[in-house]
Amino acid sequence: MKYAFYPGCVARGGAPELYESALAVMERLGIEHVELTKAACTGAGVLQEKNLKMGDILNVRTFAMAEQMGLPIMVLCSTCQGVMSQANHHVKRDPKYLAEINKHLAAEGLEYKGTTSVKHLLWALIEDVGLDTLKETFTRELTGMNMAPFYGCYMVRPTDALEFNANPTRETSLEDLIESVGGTVTDFAGKTACCGFPILFINQANSMKMVANHTGTAKDLGADAMVTPCPLCHLNLDGYQPKSRKQVRGDKADLPVIHVPQLIGLAMGMSEKALGLQKHIVSTKEMVRKVEALPMKG
Amino acid sequence: MQVKLKVKRFDPADSGGKTWWQEYEVDVHPDSTVLDSLIEVREQADGTLAMRCACRASICGSCGMKVNGSAKLVCKTRVLDVAPNGEQLTIEPMGNQHVVRDLVISLDTFFNQINRVEPFLQPSFVPEKGEYTASNESMENLLTSMNCIMCGCCVSDCTVLEVDSNFIGPAALAKAWRFTEDPRDSKRDERLKALNDENGGMWDCTRCMKCVDVCPKGVAPMDRIMELREAAIEVGNTNTHGYHHTESFYKSVKKNGRLDETRLAIDSAGMFNIPRMLDLIPIGLAAMQKGKLPPLMPHKAEDHKKVKELYERVEGESK
Repeated sequence: MKYAFYPGCVARGGAPELYESALAVMERLGIEHVELTKAACTGAGVLQEKNLKMGDILNVRTFAMAEQMGLPIMVLCSTCQGVMSQANHHVKRDPKYLAEINKHLAAEGLEYKGTTSVKHLLWALIEDVGLDTLKETFTRELTGMNMAPFYGCYMVRPTDALEFNANPTRETSLEDLIESVGGTVTDFAGKTACCGFPILFINQANSMKMVANHTGTAKDLGADAMVTPCPLCHLNLDGYQPKSRKQVRGDKADLPVIHVPQLIGLAMGMSEKALGLQKHIVSTKEMVRKVEALPMKG
Repeated sequence: MQVKLKVKRFDPADSGGKTWWQEYEVDVHPDSTVLDSLIEVREQADGTLAMRCACRASICGSCGMKVNGSAKLVCKTRVLDVAPNGEQLTIEPMGNQHVVRDLVISLDTFFNQINRVEPFLQPSFVPEKGEYTASNESMENLLTSMNCIMCGCCVSDCTVLEVDSNFIGPAALAKAWRFTEDPRDSKRDERLKALNDENGGMWDCTRCMKCVDVCPKGVAPMDRIMELREAAIEVGNTNTHGYHHTESFYKSVKKNGRLDETRLAIDSAGMFNIPRMLDLIPIGLAAMQKGKLPPLMPHKAEDHKKVKELYERVEGESK
């Protein structure tokens, strides 16, 4: 199993623990990867507000690089996944548009034929590795750990570009992963809602209400942690949890928000440090203590 | 075919407004819609269940409700598609709007939002004879928004309206776009400026795509909002945090190939906006303490110069 690896700006910037934990887990699983160091940012849907075509061109450029390598792309971010899936969807159903974009890429010796697939680590674990194989690498059952899923908008909408029909497991991928590690899903309506990150700098009051509502509701329902495949959601739900909980609910930040590879790493028996859990704004200590009290297998 | 329904009830007359869940089981034809099942409940099991419906053909937009947490026209929703194995269906009134009784919501919220965008043509001239005409080509791209049947599903599931009732909402913004793009309308710039400046206007959308997901008519309100933003910037509205956010993002990728998170935060807040700058400090310090402040000097993508050249080629072409 080998991928053209596209970690995304945030895993290489504001959430370095995502990058570290993803590499650790991929190594344990024997997943090979070549990092796409020349690829540009996806535009995250923000650049697209100013110039949609520019966004599509940047993404098609990345697809062409992976195509030349003959590898599917792996991402670590719901937003990267969604924006790339949408760009791929635009050009795959419109050959004329693709030809127009390819003209711009010719100067770099690139041409996209339309064969690259883009897969989040979360989907790859389920669709390519398989949950049964994955479970064999676990050294600890996370029994009794209550985990609230939080997808990030771009991992769940729009379902046509994300190819949910052809891949029905995507709709419940996060819940399935939580159950595979032996955890209990803390289900709540906010799991597919917006985390508020896109309007953090535009309407902070609304953004804070979203963070406080989601983390507070999940905590009230008994969650030990929230798990997200999106580092942008993480930045808001973790980084702004202290401020928002105080401002909106008058209580304290008490819900760790962990990344998908950190959840897997805990089940693989990796240390707090190897997974970068000490780098979170909301303390993960209580959750780690609870996990480490669980018995190791065999 | 047996259909199991769990319906959220509300009686405003009962002790100041009582809410409860009620379960029903009805026998319907296998091709039935969720609406058919609810009508069966009302006619055979419980005549007190209040709901609104009319055309039964997804034209009138009366029967919007939440099915398993997501807004739908129940006349367009087949039971077998949402409960293929006979699962119980959860039916609730639409969200973000005042519930009158059971599954009936008040349309006031929806139409108050629509009225805010002056949803009527404002041409600058009176034609010498006949109607205000426009070419087919100039109207074709408006079809998306003109398909709106005002059912309120997008308003129901909007994640911004959930926390801020002042937001103008997806339906009204899609309607506004229908007029800003109409070649006969003379108020394009004024409309764009108003929605750009307004508290609760076009920049408050989070781009969560819920409205695109639940719209039964393909209006894709969020896509229309993105077009409004692009148009607002084009005609020179550069006074919003939203504009600075987009602009900074665009330039950052042009310069570095990647996003410069630190720069984005500073540019979006406004470098000379002292309160907003001070506001960034505690979060920066907390991140630094944990060893994860984004670098002050951005990581650049290898070959970032090629990204810049690509930008210049594309920008040159569109000039």
